[in-house]
Amino acid sequence: MTNKICYHCGDQCGKDGVCFDEKEFCCNGCKTVYEIFTSNGLSKFYDLEARAGTTPNHAPKKYDFLDNQEIVKQLVEFDEEDIQVVNLSTPSIHCSSCIWVLENLTRLHPSIKNSQVDFPKKTIRVTYDITDFSLKALVMLLSSIGYEPYISLEEFNKKSQKKNRSLIYKLGVAGFAFGNVMLLSFPEYFEVQEFWLDQYKQVFRWLMFIFSLPVVFYAAQDYFLSALKGLRSKLLNIDVPIALGVLTLFLRSTVDIIFDLGSGFFDSLTGLVFFLLLGKFFQQKTYSFLSFERDYKSYFPIAVTRLNADGKEESVQVYKVKVGDRLLIRNQEIIPVDCVLIKGGAEIDYSFVTGESQAIFKESGDKLFAGGKQLSGVLEVEVLKSVSQSYLTELWGNSIFQKDKVSNFQSLTDSIGKRFTTAVLSIAIVASIFWMFYQPSMVLNVFTAVLIIACPCAIALAAPFTLGNMLRIFGKRGFYLKNTNVIERLAKVDTAIFDKTGTITTSNKDVVNYEGIELTDEEKALLKTTLRASNHPLSRSLYNILKTNDIETLHEFQEQTGLGIEGRSKEHSIKVGSARYIGRETIASHANTAVYISADEDYKGRFVFKNKYRDGVKEIFDELGRTMDIGILSGDNDGEKKRLQKLLPGKTRLLFDQKPKDKLEYIARLQETNKVLMVGDGLNDAGALAQSDVGIAISEDINVFSPACDGILDASNFDKLPIFVRFSQKAITIIKMSFILSLCYNLVGLYFAVTGQLQPVVAAILMPLSSISIVVFTTLMTNVLGRSLNPIQNNDDEE
Amino acid sequence: MSVIYVLLAISISVAIIFFAAFVLSVKNGQYDDAYTPSVRMLFEDELLTDTDEDTLDKQEIKQTESTNQ
Repeated sequence: MTNKICYHCGDQCGKDGVCFDEKEFCCNGCKTVYEIFTSNGLSKFYDLEARAGTTPNHAPKKYDFLDNQEIVKQLVEFDEEDIQVVNLSTPSIHCSSCIWVLENLTRLHPSIKNSQVDFPKKTIRVTYDITDFSLKALVMLLSSIGYEPYISLEEFNKKSQKKNRSLIYKLGVAGFAFGNVMLLSFPEYFEVQEFWLDQYKQVFRWLMFIFSLPVVFYAAQDYFLSALKGLRSKLLNIDVPIALGVLTLFLRSTVDIIFDLGSGFFDSLTGLVFFLLLGKFFQQKTYSFLSFERDYKSYFPIAVTRLNADGKEESVQVYKVKVGDRLLIRNQEIIPVDCVLIKGGAEIDYSFVTGESQAIFKESGDKLFAGGKQLSGVLEVEVLKSVSQSYLTELWGNSIFQKDKVSNFQSLTDSIGKRFTTAVLSIAIVASIFWMFYQPSMVLNVFTAVLIIACPCAIALAAPFTLGNMLRIFGKRGFYLKNTNVIERLAKVDTAIFDKTGTITTSNKDVVNYEGIELTDEEKALLKTTLRASNHPLSRSLYNILKTNDIETLHEFQEQTGLGIEGRSKEHSIKVGSARYIGRETIASHANTAVYISADEDYKGRFVFKNKYRDGVKEIFDELGRTMDIGILSGDNDGEKKRLQKLLPGKTRLLFDQKPKDKLEYIARLQETNKVLMVGDGLNDAGALAQSDVGIAISEDINVFSPACDGILDASNFDKLPIFVRFSQKAITIIKMSFILSLCYNLVGLYFAVTGQLQPVVAAILMPLSSISIVVFTTLMTNVLGRSLNPIQNNDDEE
Repeated sequence: MSVIYVLLAISISVAIIFFAAFVLSVKNGQYDDAYTPSVRMLFEDELLTDTDEDTLDKQEIKQTESTNQ
C-alpha cells in the first residue's frame, strides 16, 4: 500500500491510507473531501485534473472570532440586509479543477449565491445569504474541502483600494488617436498637388489637431509632471527631453497648420506617446499572486481568544489586547504579542520570525515572543506588551519602511538623459546660430526640428523592454522581482550579506548526531516503530533518517502533545521526547533542537538536530566572493561558527547574535561605502531587507511566506543566485548597446534637422522605425540570454 | 456639403464607439483577471443537471458495495 497515490491530493498514501469507493486516499481528510464532491455532483473535479486536491486542515475553533460581528463587518466588502459579499485570499488555489470546484460552491450550500475565482491573485469572491449562513460557516466550508482562506491582520486594516487603471486608459487614448491621426495624415505624405486634397486638407489637419489634444494633455501628462519634478530638484532625467520633444512637436505642428506652413507632426507626436506608454505598460509586469509589501500584519491573526476574569472565553481584536490580559492560544495559532506562558506545553515554531523551522519547547514561566506559532495543544498566556510594542513588531516603527528605494536611485536611462539633454540643446543652439547668419527665416524651423527628431523615444524604450523581458525570464526561473528597477540595482551590487538560518540552511533535511549510550538493535527497531506512529515533524524527520528495516507491532502507543511519545512492545518500552518528558535536565548547547530517548525508563541519549546547508552554498559563496564582499549576519549564537568558517571562503565576515535592529544598522553602515545585497527569509530580516539596496527573500513556498522585499527567490533555485546577478549585469550591457543603436538613428535624423529639410514624413518614418528596431533588438538579445538559463520544470502554471 | 464630411463623421463616430466600448470594458474590470475566464469558459456546461440524479444513485450503490467488501 505504501506506493499508492492518493486519488484526491496525489500524495503518497503511506500507512494511514484509506480505501474508499475503490480509490486510495492518503488520509481521512482527503476521503471526506472526495465524499463531499461526489455526493454533490462535483466529481468532475477529478476528471479535469487528476489528483489536484489539497488535504484539509482541522482546527475547529480557529475561526471562532468570525462570530464577532464587528470583525465580520471589517472583512466583508458588501453587507446589505441579508446579502454579504466577501473576497477571501485562498493560497491553495493552483489549477483549473480548483477554479471549477470553487465556482460551483452553490452546490455545496444553497445559501451561497455566487462565487468567482481570480486565479492570478488566488482569491475567491463569494456572495451569500446570511439568513441561515455566515462568514464563519463559509470559511469552515472552504477549509473542509481543502481551500482554507487566509485571514490576517492585514485584511482587517485594508481599505477598499481602488485599482489604478490610468495607464491602460492612457494607452487606449494614445493608441486610438495614433491610429486615426495616421489615417488622416496619410494623404499628405505624397505631396501631390491635387484638387480634392488641397480643398480638404485644412479639415484633415484640424481633425488631427483635435485628436492630438487628449494625447498631449492626458496621455502624456506623466512625462510633463516627471520632467517638472526633475527640474525642480535640478535633475535632468530622461523625461525632460521627452517632455520637451512632445511640447515642441505640438506647438510647432499647431503653428504649422495655423499659418498653413505644412501638415504638422501630429502623427509622430501621437506615435511617440503611444510607443512610450507601451514601454511603460510592458515594464509594469507584476506578480499579482505575490506580495512584496508584507509586514507582520500579513501573518498575525485578526483576533485572539481572551480569558475574562470569570473564566469565560471571548474573541477580541488583537489591537484591543492590553498588558496583563490572559489569552488562550490554540493549536496552530500565532502568538500576536510578547507574553509569559502560564499553562500548557508550548512547542513554538518561530519560522516566520527567524526562518528556523524546528520548533522550540517552552515551559510555564518562559517568555514567548510575538510571531511564534503554537504547534500542539492549548496555551494560556499573560500579555507582557501590546501588539505594536512587541519585540518583533517594534521594528516596523523604523522610518526605513516608509522609504522608497526607486526614487532614491538614479537609473541608467536617467543618467544618460542628463548628457543627452545638454547635447541636444547645444546642437539645437549651434545650428540655430548658424542658420541665423545663413538664412534667418529657417532658424525656428531648424531649432524645433532638432528638438523633435532628437526626442529620445528609443532610448526611453530600451530600458523598459530589456528589463521587462528580463523580469519575465527571471520569473520563469523562480526569481520574482518587485519591479524592473531591482535589476538595475542588482547589477550594481558589490557586497552580499546573507542571513543564516532558513536562508543558507534548509528547513527539512536535518543532520542528526546521536549523543549517549549506543542503542541495541532491538531498541532501534522499537524506536523506529514508535516514531512511525507519530505525526510530529521531528518524529518524521528522525524516522526518515534512522536506517532500520525491522518494523515491529506496537502493543501500546501514547502521544503526549507537546511533550513526547511512548511506545511499548512485549516487555520493552521506549520514550521519545523533550528533556522534561524523559526526566532530564535540558543540556544547554547552542540552542540546537534535541530529542531525548529513554528505554525502559533509563536515559539512553539524545539526537541532536543540526541544520543542513543548502546544496551549493559553498559554490555560491566562492563565486560571489570573487567579485564581491560577502558576509553572514545571523540572529543565532556562534555555535555554527567553526562549521561555517570551514565551509565558506576565508574572507567571509561572520556576525552572530544580531537582533533585527542590529541587522538593519549593520547594513546601513555598510551602505556608506558599498551597494549591499541582503538575502534573508524571516521577519527578523525585514529591516535589513528594507534598508539594503536590494533585499531578496528566500522562500520555500512562494505563495505563503516572505517579508517585505525587492525580490522573492524560490529556495530550490538558491544556487542560481550568482547567475541572476551576472544576468542583471548583462541586461545593463544590452541597454547600453541599444543606446548606441538609437544614437545612430538620432544622428541620421539630426542630419535632416540641422540641414533644415526635415519633412513630417521623414519624422513619421524615422521615429517608429527606431523605436521598433530597439524593441526587436532588446527582445532578441534578452531571449538569447534567457535561453542559456535553463528553466525550472515545475513552474509552468503561472505563465 | 461634400460627402467627405459625412464619411469622416461616420468613420470617426464608429472609432469613438469602439473606444468607448474599450474604456467601458476596462472600467468593468474585464482586464483585471485575464486568466480565469479562459479556464472558466471550458467548463460552463459541465454541471450535472437534475436528470443525472440516477447516476448519483448508482454511485451510492457502488459505495455501499465497496464498503461491504
